[in-house]
Amino acid sequence: MTAEPTAQLTGARVVLEGFGWHHPGRETPSLMDLDLIIEPGERVLLLGPSGAGKSTLLQALAGVDQDPDGRSASGGLSVAGVDPRDARGTVGFMHQDPETQVVLSRVGDDVAFGLENLAVPRERIWPRVREALARTGLEIPLDHPTTALSGGQKQRLALAGTLAMRPRLLLLDEPTASVDHEGAQQLCRAVADAVREDGTTLMVVEHRVALWEPVVDRVIVLGDDGRVAFDGPAQQTLQDARELLQHQGTWVPGWVPRTRTPVHASRRMSPEAGETAPGSHATAPLVEAPALETSDGTTPLGAIPETATTAHAPGNAGDAVASGNPADRVTPSAPIAPGTTLLSARDLAVSRSQPGRRALARRRRRALTAWRRGETYPEPDVRPGAAPAAENITVDVRAGHALAVTGVNGAGKSTLALTLAGLLLPVRGTVRATDALATDAPADPSLWDGAELVSRVGTVFQHPEHQFLRPTVREELAFGPRQRRRRAGRRDARATDAMADADDARVAELLRRLRLEELAEANPFTLSGGQKRRLSVGTVLAASPRVLILDEPTFGQDARTWKELVDLLVEELDGGTAVVVVTHDRDLVAALGAHELRLGS
Amino acid sequence: MSTVASVLPTVARTGLLARTNAVVKLLGALVITAVLVVSADPVTSGVALGGQLLLLAAAGIGPWRLLTTLWPIVVAALISGWGTAVLSPEGGPVLLHLGWITITTGSLAAGGAIALRGLAIALPGITVLLTTDPTDLADGLAQTLKLPARFVLAALAALRLVEVMVTEWGVLAAARRARGAGGARGPWAALTEFAGLAFTLLVQSLRRATRLAMTMEARGFGAGPRTWARVPRFGRVDVVVGCATVLIAVAAVTLSLLTGAHRFIWQ
Repeated sequence: MTAEPTAQLTGARVVLEGFGWHHPGRETPSLMDLDLIIEPGERVLLLGPSGAGKSTLLQALAGVDQDPDGRSASGGLSVAGVDPRDARGTVGFMHQDPETQVVLSRVGDDVAFGLENLAVPRERIWPRVREALARTGLEIPLDHPTTALSGGQKQRLALAGTLAMRPRLLLLDEPTASVDHEGAQQLCRAVADAVREDGTTLMVVEHRVALWEPVVDRVIVLGDDGRVAFDGPAQQTLQDARELLQHQGTWVPGWVPRTRTPVHASRRMSPEAGETAPGSHATAPLVEAPALETSDGTTPLGAIPETATTAHAPGNAGDAVASGNPADRVTPSAPIAPGTTLLSARDLAVSRSQPGRRALARRRRRALTAWRRGETYPEPDVRPGAAPAAENITVDVRAGHALAVTGVNGAGKSTLALTLAGLLLPVRGTVRATDALATDAPADPSLWDGAELVSRVGTVFQHPEHQFLRPTVREELAFGPRQRRRRAGRRDARATDAMADADDARVAELLRRLRLEELAEANPFTLSGGQKRRLSVGTVLAASPRVLILDEPTFGQDARTWKELVDLLVEELDGGTAVVVVTHDRDLVAALGAHELRLGS
Repeated sequence: MSTVASVLPTVARTGLLARTNAVVKLLGALVITAVLVVSADPVTSGVALGGQLLLLAAAGIGPWRLLTTLWPIVVAALISGWGTAVLSPEGGPVLLHLGWITITTGSLAAGGAIALRGLAIALPGITVLLTTDPTDLADGLAQTLKLPARFVLAALAALRLVEVMVTEWGVLAAARRARGAGGARGPWAALTEFAGLAFTLLVQSLRRATRLAMTMEARGFGAGPRTWARVPRFGRVDVVVGCATVLIAVAAVTLSLLTGAHRFIWQ
């Protein structure tokens, strides 16, 4: 592959002498008294609690740190004997966000960007670009648009751009945090091959230890105080530091935080439905779409547990649009027996591509009019012009049960979740809420207004920040209930006072459950990653929805946040909420004892 | 696939104009625009517009295709023309009299001239944007026109972020709807929802910008001399397009002067 004689590269030696970092405005320093020597060619995994300054250290070594007045850093730092700021091209650095890792709009240009900046002569640039792309396994045309790449491919592109510069020190800051498992492994392999061939010194920050353990030969663990707690050969150190690492929330190989088994999973015992005891990955029940449909239109996925034979039998979803006047419907406060079907999807095909805003508004208006008259709105069988991301999906979402939507990237998992939540219109087929969920609203979730939606289906998006609406954590939690209250107030003004008190109590309780009491007045955008994640789940829980839909809730989370999240979801399940998770995370599927709906297999 | 194309309507990036050097196109557009900016008469605008349409048609972009992709601009030109026709004090026989609206032949001509001039001025710039890849334009600006590389490349990288923001806007709107926001009706509710969306997008964009700056710095951007991987190419196409644009500009002014219609904007 090499088109020119490669200059003999050796790894850079990294020396830290009493290095420390103290963010202005923080009480304690994030890094303290680091005395480290990393020999040329050494491959180091750097571990430590979130917020411990691991990223800061890498940024300082890359010479891209945010310390304009020089007051944050203390002690000495050198890469290959010089200050990193003066070591242009010696150090390669990658962070975790694929979107901002790509600079230019064509693949070849992006890889060439670093070489241009290093003033490499033009005739030598393109061979090095091609070589770097080949080494990272990105065999795509040079003029391929970078926007068309997946997150994992973007990270590999960034790696190619970095490797093309032939750095002597490679710094990777959680390079796989936003990448699915397969993408993460490909990236990891490419890094491993490159550093082995070139003898590059490597420093990786990553809390998925199992991924990098085979690649590195040394592990450094930072303690909560910002000092080195453990330092030594990889396997030995991982063993010695195991307890501290688990406490810090690092994903130590072969360990999953212990969580409570949800009631529905511990009760499930119908072998004829292919279900087995939960808890192990291999036995998570797999549901194949389409499910068998019984004569009365209800479609149990697996058997409904014996507790389901109480008050509210699941209504026929298809008829719910037309059924009777609102007075006959179940009141919102009625308890729902676990196992009751809340949402059912029939022969569903989903797509991101949606009708225009005006067409949507027209459909909504007409369908609502039809519903008020007790008629059924005639939906077109197929919405033309939209290529489905996934199709032939028949599935029921049941109270107190967990459903996991899994499948490869691009299989339409998130699209299905948004369609179930009524946020997207299906291309074909129907999503219907049963009477137990719809109560006095239409059965079609896409017709619900904001207030109707939040009290029925809570959707948690992948990026918590997308859903923050208010300036403080407390107001954020109170937002959903207030929407609901405002709507109730339009009908019965007196009822709202009692509701307000109940809602305040609910917010206080949520703050406690989410362990955000002390941060109640903080701005949601200023929280840490794990706190944001908890808050984003809390905000939808605040409106007490009966169905909870979460898109990749555990993606890139440390083990601590993972455990807190699972605990929260198990509590909800046991309280009768239906939980739908879109996920790649096998441990999550097992911990929730979820039915699995695998798309695109 | 690239930034501008996804923000503005797409005209194919193939064909004569797409193969033309970005700097030639830019200078050509400048020449035509400059002539139109200083001249205010309909003959100059008409000839320039006609010439441009001919050039575009020769390059494979027919008038019908232009109309379907650029109709908002045509509508804007017609509205400004209509406004002028209604408000202009020009005399002549009255054509239409509806309450306070009075349109005479003179005011209609003035309106037509404004619409024509608006279209003729808008077209060159838009054509450059639609037929040029931003990376090529940046290459031309930095290498041929010797503008500061730091500035040009930073602008180019920022342009890519715009694209990311456009995608993110849709996701954000859905995420907020899931929280029950944005359902209320009325202009005030719409305005507050828009402000909320814009704020969140701004916060995300600032973070993105910081991280992108870090990426660029880590790739050695910003200090010292740099080389260029791509060579801006000049060929026969560029001579043809360059001459055509100069011809359009010269013909517009000459014909206008010959017919005695020419009028500078300050006259």
